[in-house]
Amino acid sequence: MQIEIPASSAGPFAHARTSIQRTMALVMLALLPATLFGFWQFGWPAIFLFFATVGTALLAESACLKLAGKPQRLYLLDGSALLAGWLLAVSLPPWAPWWIGAIGAVIAVVVAKHVFGGLGQNLFNPAMVARVALLISFPLEMTSYVQPMPLFSADAPGFLQSVGISLGQPGFDAVSGATLLSHVRTELSQGMSLSEIIPGIAHLVSGAVGTIAGSMGETSALLILLGGLFLLAKRVITWHTPVAMIGSLAILATLMNLYDPEHYAGALYHIVSGATLLVAFFIATDPVTSPVSKMGQIIFGASCGILVYVIRTWAGYPEGVAFAILLMNACTPMIDHYIRPRVYGRDRRGTPIEYADNAEMRK
Amino acid sequence: MKLFKIRGGVHPHDNKHLAAGQAIEDLPMPALLHIPLQQHIGAPAKPAVRRGQQVAKGELLALSQGAISAPVHAPTSGRVMGVGSYPAHHASGLSVRTVTLKPDGEDRWSDEIQGVPDPFALAPEEIAARVAAAGIVGMGGATFPSAVKLNLRTRYRLHTLVINGAECEPYLTCDDRLMREHAEQVVDGVRIMAHALGVDRIIVAIENNKPEAQAAMALAASMDARIRIARLPTRYPMGSEKHLVQALTGRETPARGLTADIGVVVHNGATAFAVHEALRSGRPLVSRVVTVSGGAVSRPRNLRVPLGARVQDLLEHCGGFAEQPARLISGGPMMGQPLPSTRVPMVKGSNGVLALTTAEVARHEPMPCIRCATCVQACPCGLVPLDMAAHTRAGDLEGAVSLGLMDCIGCGSCAYVCPAHIPLVQYFNYAKGEMAARGRAKQKMTETKRLAEQRSARMEAIKQAKREAMAKRKREAAAKKAAETAAAETAAMTSGAAAEPPATTAEA
Ligand code: SF4
Ligand code: SF4
Repeated sequence: MQIEIPASSAGPFAHARTSIQRTMALVMLALLPATLFGFWQFGWPAIFLFFATVGTALLAESACLKLAGKPQRLYLLDGSALLAGWLLAVSLPPWAPWWIGAIGAVIAVVVAKHVFGGLGQNLFNPAMVARVALLISFPLEMTSYVQPMPLFSADAPGFLQSVGISLGQPGFDAVSGATLLSHVRTELSQGMSLSEIIPGIAHLVSGAVGTIAGSMGETSALLILLGGLFLLAKRVITWHTPVAMIGSLAILATLMNLYDPEHYAGALYHIVSGATLLVAFFIATDPVTSPVSKMGQIIFGASCGILVYVIRTWAGYPEGVAFAILLMNACTPMIDHYIRPRVYGRDRRGTPIEYADNAEMRK
Repeated sequence: MKLFKIRGGVHPHDNKHLAAGQAIEDLPMPALLHIPLQQHIGAPAKPAVRRGQQVAKGELLALSQGAISAPVHAPTSGRVMGVGSYPAHHASGLSVRTVTLKPDGEDRWSDEIQGVPDPFALAPEEIAARVAAAGIVGMGGATFPSAVKLNLRTRYRLHTLVINGAECEPYLTCDDRLMREHAEQVVDGVRIMAHALGVDRIIVAIENNKPEAQAAMALAASMDARIRIARLPTRYPMGSEKHLVQALTGRETPARGLTADIGVVVHNGATAFAVHEALRSGRPLVSRVVTVSGGAVSRPRNLRVPLGARVQDLLEHCGGFAEQPARLISGGPMMGQPLPSTRVPMVKGSNGVLALTTAEVARHEPMPCIRCATCVQACPCGLVPLDMAAHTRAGDLEGAVSLGLMDCIGCGSCAYVCPAHIPLVQYFNYAKGEMAARGRAKQKMTETKRLAEQRSARMEAIKQAKREAMAKRKREAAAKKAAETAAAETAAMTSGAAAEPPATTAEA
């Protein structure tokens, strides 16, 4: 049974000037600096990939809305499909051919969102579902990273060359590069020690600033952090999830690093490399797929941090973040079921609280 | 004084600037007053006047009925035009029993109106009785008969009286103005109530957006060391009784309980003023201060209005509409209710009439819930509104109840912040109403069942009685027969020996 309630029969007759559109717009604004930096670092191919991904996401959304008989304008403008496409785009290798982005966008919007019932109904974060699906289906394209070649620099590809790259034609000699994570992983497996692989903090600094190979929007940890702080300041997100995630990852990394510094990298390395910050501020905080209570968010975030560390360190994928998120997304309903805020006037189990004051008077 | 943190809540734009600067003005007496007989929670009052009767100001129009009820008095002198039905001050627009009074323009108080020289010499019960006779109800909007609350001392161990001057609803400034302009009278009423309750701790709580009221009340209260002024942070719903008490004492009222459970009674500032009037001058509650505000009102004001004046009369006095209002509301924008027309009369609990513009109402098309949890963070009661709404929507009202529906105070904080513009409060009101209806239906069913059982028990008893009567008759017949036989035998025997009394057989 569904119940229809007239929307205007009662209060409140005032409203905070918020809307889903506004929330989504703020998130995109927060992503903008890192994205623009990515465009500059990786040039035209990255820009093409971005628009292919975002454009496909919007087309797919529109098609799904049509099939579901939902109002196009209202829902297409809610910004959720645009944001899902955007988040996927910034987590792809910047020179991946356009169809990688397009297929990913279709997976994100159709499979991860609309199959579950559309806005607000999906169990898993659409961008992460697409990323993992692509990683499994197209491992080669999804792990071909290039060294940054800033736009308009001498050796960067020109516009036409870039079209070729985007269409998947070979012919441009890109300097392929390894991300910090995969570099460390390969070297470690060759028996090198960490102090040889990361000789100084120079690596970490370039990781933080973003002048190394990596995904389009993830490379600059600093700009992502800036965006995250902006979201915190605007109260679009709360600190619980990101702090818990980064905190648990940092604590675990520090403990292991103290135990064996030659094999286990420290906290800073884990925080600045890969998608850690992007995920902590933009994905783990995705309202639809994370718990609603603050305690639940802390548990969710902390578990993500632990999983990221475990997957990166002991499992096959240097990029553990997407898997960690999907695993925890699956746990969200359970967390929400068991972790609820305490109701006013009741104890944690829901029994009304008792005071001695008037107990005997009432009898 | 030390304040404690309460959870949740929101910071709506208070928009108090519209009317806060306007001193209280008397509304000119309208040509007709429509005075409903139920302006309180509880049983409606019973009319005590006839059509055509001349009444003086303050004279009784209707009598209180039962323990939770309040009498109604004439707001001015005039002639009773009739006792009939008139649209209620309620969103439904339904009609209720109403006395229509034609003011004679003299506004002459009844001769019987007399104050008490020293209320503090009265016994507590006596004060409560006078408050009851004056028809005073909670003027913050709850309209619970105040005398009932003043008598709580008999059932609870009380230690603190809290005066709720928070006035946390946006736009409303009537309590603010009353405390600014009549601080002494309010404080006097407060002291009388404290005497009735037998408490020696008094806290007057006022939000920080009313510094003038804080100052005026502090000055007026300086002669009484028991009174403390608490300066509250401006936050909605700070005026919710249980949350106010928590902010002041740090203790939560048990679920399903009253603040009296933790020894605290809360009264509104305007109620204190009414108590002062009732005791000092003997005047019943026949008028109140109302804020008329909102972007669509030409000249927002604070008016002292006779009960029974129509919303229309108030609006006209404020210069009418500056623009077409999108909504007409009784009370504040957060918990107030929409008014069906401007014809409805003002009642004891109405503290505001707002005419809001489309821009002020700012309602969008509802979108699906994105589980953003802002409603969870906003809820002062620790509920998860999105889940309660989802259960209600799916028709699973028991599910909503198990999630705490009955603990929801309907404050609207959740709906206020929801970026998806989901009408959460409507869901909860609907579910609460539906549960109450089901409860009533169930009660009716058990009652019917009980009656049926009683009836069948009665029938059974009658049958039983019939059976017994039948058996008795049979026994008697048998006994008679036996007696006759015995008599015949005796008669036969008397011919010989002395007669043996037939007692043994007759006893059988
Ligand atoms: S505020 Fe609205 S959209 Fe957000 S979780 Fe609550 S009901 Fe859902
Ligand atoms: S209306 Fe109910 S659920 Fe919503 S914030 Fe207020 S108490 Fe919580």
